[in-house]
Amino acid sequence: MADRATRFVNPVDERIGTKIVLTSIGGLYLAFFLFLPLVAVFIEAFRNGAASYWEALVEPDAAAAIRLTLLVAAIAVPLNLVFGVAAAWAIAKFEFKGKAFLITLIDLPFSISPVISGLVYVLLFGSHSVLGPILKSYGIEILFAVPGIVLATVFVTFPFVARELIPLMQDQGSGDEEAALSLGASGWQTFWYVTLPNIKWGLLYGVLLCNARAMGEFGAVSVVSGHIRGLTNTMPLHVEILYNEYNMAAAFAVASLLAALALVTLALKTLLEIRFGAGNAGGRH
Amino acid sequence: MTSTTASTRWRLKEPSIIPGFGLTLGFSLAYLCLIILIPLAGLIFRASSLSASEFLSILTDERTLAALKISFGTALIAALINVVFGVLICWVLVRYDFPGRRLIDAMVDLPFALPTAVAGIALSALYAPKGWIGAWFTPFDIRIAYTPIGITIALIFIGLPFVVRTVQPVMEEIDREVEEAAATLGANRFQTVFKVLLPSLLPAIMTGFALAFARGVGEYGSVVFIAGNIPYVSEIAPLLIVIRLEEFNYAGATAIATIMLVISFAMLLIINLIQSWSRGRYGNG
Repeated sequence: MADRATRFVNPVDERIGTKIVLTSIGGLYLAFFLFLPLVAVFIEAFRNGAASYWEALVEPDAAAAIRLTLLVAAIAVPLNLVFGVAAAWAIAKFEFKGKAFLITLIDLPFSISPVISGLVYVLLFGSHSVLGPILKSYGIEILFAVPGIVLATVFVTFPFVARELIPLMQDQGSGDEEAALSLGASGWQTFWYVTLPNIKWGLLYGVLLCNARAMGEFGAVSVVSGHIRGLTNTMPLHVEILYNEYNMAAAFAVASLLAALALVTLALKTLLEIRFGAGNAGGRH
Repeated sequence: MTSTTASTRWRLKEPSIIPGFGLTLGFSLAYLCLIILIPLAGLIFRASSLSASEFLSILTDERTLAALKISFGTALIAALINVVFGVLICWVLVRYDFPGRRLIDAMVDLPFALPTAVAGIALSALYAPKGWIGAWFTPFDIRIAYTPIGITIALIFIGLPFVVRTVQPVMEEIDREVEEAAATLGANRFQTVFKVLLPSLLPAIMTGFALAFARGVGEYGSVVFIAGNIPYVSEIAPLLIVIRLEEFNYAGATAIATIMLVISFAMLLIINLIQSWSRGRYGNG
């Protein structure tokens, strides 16, 4: 720096000092807003020791919440998986009128507040609605019961798989499928043996994100669940109840399970991205 | 069903040898209608059954206006802060190499994966008056949690990946020759970055801003814990919807939800227009 004349400064790069300052600002911002909350979850969870941590997780209401969360994800994710594959097939393999509009509609749930996603089902199935009392007379409970929670979860996780598959399948084109069909494969054979192997990593990626959101959804589920302990409480709702009862250690214990799920999701996602790069390079004959 | 129509006539789809169009599109549309469109139509139907004066009196209610102002105001500030720091973080991640870069890159997605309720209780544990960070500010009589500042912090957490993930791929595509040309023509580094590079990133930055803003307006889970939910001070619009629902005031909930949907869609539309305008101006890159 002192001897400016002899020092070469790359004109399309920053000085090392600038780099250090910018990197530090970015690092501090991430540390404060992203890492610290994550660390706080685990530290608060173990504040009263491992024994009380374990107790908070095996306590009957918590166990019921964990079971319900797994059940809801096990229904919602496969439904959106089938939809995602079907929608991506229709959109990527064919040219038809109104395609752009259809893609916009699929993305719609992303721009709707989770609370509104829950509200629409309350209006549809609530006791003030047309449908609610009719279904009730047949003994079918939707609102404040498991079906309502599943519906709200399906709504908020609706676009995840489709959104991942549509650009991927559009990118891959229809050449492989056309070759398979012209060699005499049936439509299903083409899908199972040609398309599916091509899209499996993208599919897994979408399912992963869909599952993380399905297990962690709070707003939409909170509106339709009715918060009945041991019956219609998912893990995030159980966290809220414990927190509002000032049972902090237990709230953070259950929350730490969800945070661990998020970390696993991120790790697998990063792994798939590395894998993706390899897969794309190799797959392009 | 349209495959036999003559080529001169209007047709839904271009001819193709790939099977399954009717099945996949039919299923996708049916599922889309059942899960998304019919419930949303129910909301709009319910809103249209309110008389204009009813609708207006709900919207001009002091508490509704205050909640909308807080939701849109905090989302706007959080999105602006995220634009500044998000672009800086993109720059650091794309241009610089330092130990742990991959890990930090992966962690940027944490807010996508971490359930909102978990983020909410973690943030309020940090920023509460006796919390890890909140305690530093208490001596200066600054309260972060239970004020709009706390809401803004939660929305910064939620919105950051939207900005980074939208701008990052575009920044990676920037042709270094443009920078070299600017430097050759005598621009200093500051001029190159702010007058040459940033304008070409503008559409991506605006998209990221719009996504972060839209998500912030509707966000519920991460905000309700840190907000304190004091009417007129720190009560967000999605929470007011939940409160109206719990009072069985379906008309109130519907009206607030409808106005939120309309404003969000209008904002996204405006941003889309700005984007296509700037694409026309700065495009061909």
